[in-house]
Amino acid sequence: MERILDILRRDSRESTPYRQFFHYETADETETVATALMKLCDASDLRDLSGEPARPILWECSCLQKKCGACAMVIDGIPRLACDVKLADCKETIRLEPLRKFPVVADLTVDRTVMQDNLRAIRLWLTDQAAMRDKVMDAAYEASRCLQCGCCLEVCPNFYAGGSFTGMASAIPFSRLLAELPVSQRKEAAKLYTGRFYNGCGKSLACRNICPAGIDVDDLLVNSNAIAVWKRFGKP
Amino acid sequence: MGRVNIVGAGLSGLSAAIHLAKAGIPCNLISALPSERAQSVLAEGGINAALDTMGEHDTPAEHFADTMKGGVDLADPNAVAGLTEHAPEIVRWMFSLGTPFQMEEERLILRNFGGQKKKRTAYSKSSTGKVLMTALIDEARRWEDAGLIHRFSHHLTEDLTIEGEGEDRCCSGLVIRDTYTSRLLNCPGPVILCSGGMNGIFPGLTTGTVPNTGNLTALVFAKGVEFGNLEFIQYHPTTVGIPGKRMLISEAARGEGGRLFILRDGKPWYFMEEKYPELGNLMPRDVVSREMFFVSHRPDCEPQVYLDLTGLPAATWEKKLSDMREEILHYLSIDPVTAPVPVSPGIHFFMGGVLVDAAHRSSLPGLYAAGECACQYHGANRLGGNSMLGALYGGKVAAESVTLTCKGESLHSDEPVDLGLAPTQWREERMVAPVQVERLCSVLWEGLGIAREETVLSSAAKGLEELLAGDLTPWERNRALLGKAIVSSALARRESRGAHYRTDFPQRDDAQFQKTTVAVCRDGAIDIVFRPIPERRTDNGTNP
Ligand SMILES: Cc1cc2nc3c(=O)[nH]c(=O)nc-3n(C[C@H](O)[C@H](O)[C@H](O)COP(=O)(O)OP(=O)(O)OC[C@H]3O[C@@H](n4cnc5c(N)ncnc54)[C@H](O)[C@@H]3O)c2cc1C
Ligand code: SF4
Ligand code: SF4
Ligand code: FES
Repeated sequence: MERILDILRRDSRESTPYRQFFHYETADETETVATALMKLCDASDLRDLSGEPARPILWECSCLQKKCGACAMVIDGIPRLACDVKLADCKETIRLEPLRKFPVVADLTVDRTVMQDNLRAIRLWLTDQAAMRDKVMDAAYEASRCLQCGCCLEVCPNFYAGGSFTGMASAIPFSRLLAELPVSQRKEAAKLYTGRFYNGCGKSLACRNICPAGIDVDDLLVNSNAIAVWKRFGKP
Repeated sequence: MGRVNIVGAGLSGLSAAIHLAKAGIPCNLISALPSERAQSVLAEGGINAALDTMGEHDTPAEHFADTMKGGVDLADPNAVAGLTEHAPEIVRWMFSLGTPFQMEEERLILRNFGGQKKKRTAYSKSSTGKVLMTALIDEARRWEDAGLIHRFSHHLTEDLTIEGEGEDRCCSGLVIRDTYTSRLLNCPGPVILCSGGMNGIFPGLTTGTVPNTGNLTALVFAKGVEFGNLEFIQYHPTTVGIPGKRMLISEAARGEGGRLFILRDGKPWYFMEEKYPELGNLMPRDVVSREMFFVSHRPDCEPQVYLDLTGLPAATWEKKLSDMREEILHYLSIDPVTAPVPVSPGIHFFMGGVLVDAAHRSSLPGLYAAGECACQYHGANRLGGNSMLGALYGGKVAAESVTLTCKGESLHSDEPVDLGLAPTQWREERMVAPVQVERLCSVLWEGLGIAREETVLSSAAKGLEELLAGDLTPWERNRALLGKAIVSSALARRESRGAHYRTDFPQRDDAQFQKTTVAVCRDGAIDIVFRPIPERRTDNGTNP
């Protein structure tokens, strides 16, 4: 199997972007975009398609099995995890770009610090012991699975770094708190949820099918909205 | 003195940071990538504690006995007593932070795990590490907001600052580098290493994550800090190769009823059940991996071992293992509900590492270690579910230990000092070239399989000498020295115990070797000695 990687590169935050093409060949049908990037970077003498020497491609990865969100990037126009996309399922030329909603560090690495800042801004922590019951377990489990990869923010028309709307990447983890907080503690959390997410969300659900963790966004939001917006504090 | 510096933001690092913060002590929480990307999020099957919610009359004393036995009597009994005694408290704490452990009828339920007869493992499907991490990351955020935990994500440790000579040596801080800007920062203060296992010594051959390169572990070793039990490398019985790594199929699969078989004379042979009627497929991992190795080398057997999950009830798949099924389908295109999964042992955990006492102090004053980078609790073989427990508890004990040691001295909240940009040439010198990573790995891989032997190990040792005689950067040298220490430890232990199996010394030899293997590097030379295991004390041994 032969593929061309068409990579949008940048030497540093300030420098101008350019495209560079790489040839990659493998016999292993199960390899992913992440495998290709890893092997290209491991080459002692990396050359681009025209045979010119190239510096190693900067990108982030950790688990290589869709569980850590590190390798999110735009693959053929769609934000995805590089370790999730099999080369065999791609066309001959695969276009790789960094996520566009975050400042680029270099090549495919972006600085997603704003996601952490947003979670602090919406005070995403329990202020009291969790009220764990059989009933909340499923929602809490689902909400706990968010990888903080940023794919949902990439497609969201209303999210931009530095804005007050914090997007699905904060609404999902927030739904854990809303489900677990003792009823008496929900008021303040509900205010933050409504102000920093619910009011700013266009409900277009452009983000619905994008989550690489397969989190059921609709389900969690229905739950959160019931608690925070419709103030069903008593019966989650 | 500055803030406490914690390197690594997985379970152990987060636990240490939160416990320091609770005591009002500020820390820098330094990690190569944010917590969401730490290896801890991969942990699947669960965490052990004698919570006794299943009506089996389980006790911490039995958890202690199983852990000591599973580790083939090589662990520090005082440390293990502390671990098992405090395990219920740790799990309850995580529950109070909102970890969605599996519940039924409003109580937390437990599952079976290897090496333990009673149900003792709290879990959340097979994503336990992920949900524990989420709860802990959220709790840490509370203390970030309070100004006590200072995050340095995307930062690598570049150097350990050591002051004094000989007996007076102590660790007084770290130099770290922002990988996004190449800015260097000096961070004075005590150091707690929570940097995880040394997977990167065996790239592509472990179940772990890429950022756990082993570079920092190697640096610490080269600085003369004592390491323990390096020869004990856990091969998990049920892994499969996927591009770039080994993928784990959690022990939970067997805990819920999965069975291992091999084709003998064309018919399935459930060899574990036949050989070990009591625990069967749930024998400790060292035993299962070794048996798989033996049967797959028999002339009457085909080489491939299978994990048979086809007999599991539909409810188990749906409620307890849905995520595992999805993963196997995605990566192997096999539906485990209907077809057995071909599996083989793969490197999964390092029992050895920075040698610490029961208070998590290393041999270098000012340097502490917890989690998988430390040698503590697991002896010659770790029981499934004890590692996350050890990371959470170890982080807590290390934090308490720093707190006690620093009492009286003022830990103030000074920012790390900006040392400017790392010079380009300096960055080059610190590189580890992929080809050197590969060379080291192939030498070690040859010597450190499931079955080991003098000639093979000696040949690996020779390979390492050749590597060390070559032109290496300082980081490459550190890695080769650590590799040499692993092989030297394996050569010196002329017995079989736990994960260390020698075909030339197949018996256990307590008289000579019921001891900790201590490896230390002095001016590039490696010393190996065997040190007696601490006597069991009557208190639980965690008081520094
Ligand atoms: C697939 C899998 C499944 C597992 N399942 C279980 C289970 O069911 N039960 C169980 O008990 N255990 C399990 N384990 C083991 C357990 O998850 C780990 O041992 C434990 O989580 C390790 O935690 P830690 O805090 O030591 O480090 P890690 O979570 O490995 O974190 C290491 C941290 O150090 C940072 N770091 C590394 N090097 C540097 C550096 N040079 N500079 C700066 N930062 C650095 C990393 O970025 C990271 O933040 C499993 C492990 C794996 C791989
Ligand atoms: S529904 Fe639309 S506006 Fe709301 S988070 Fe998703 S993409 Fe953004
Ligand atoms: S909700 Fe899904 S897409 Fe959004 S950050 Fe979390 S894991 Fe990524
Ligand atoms: S490397 Fe972890 S999700 Fe791709």
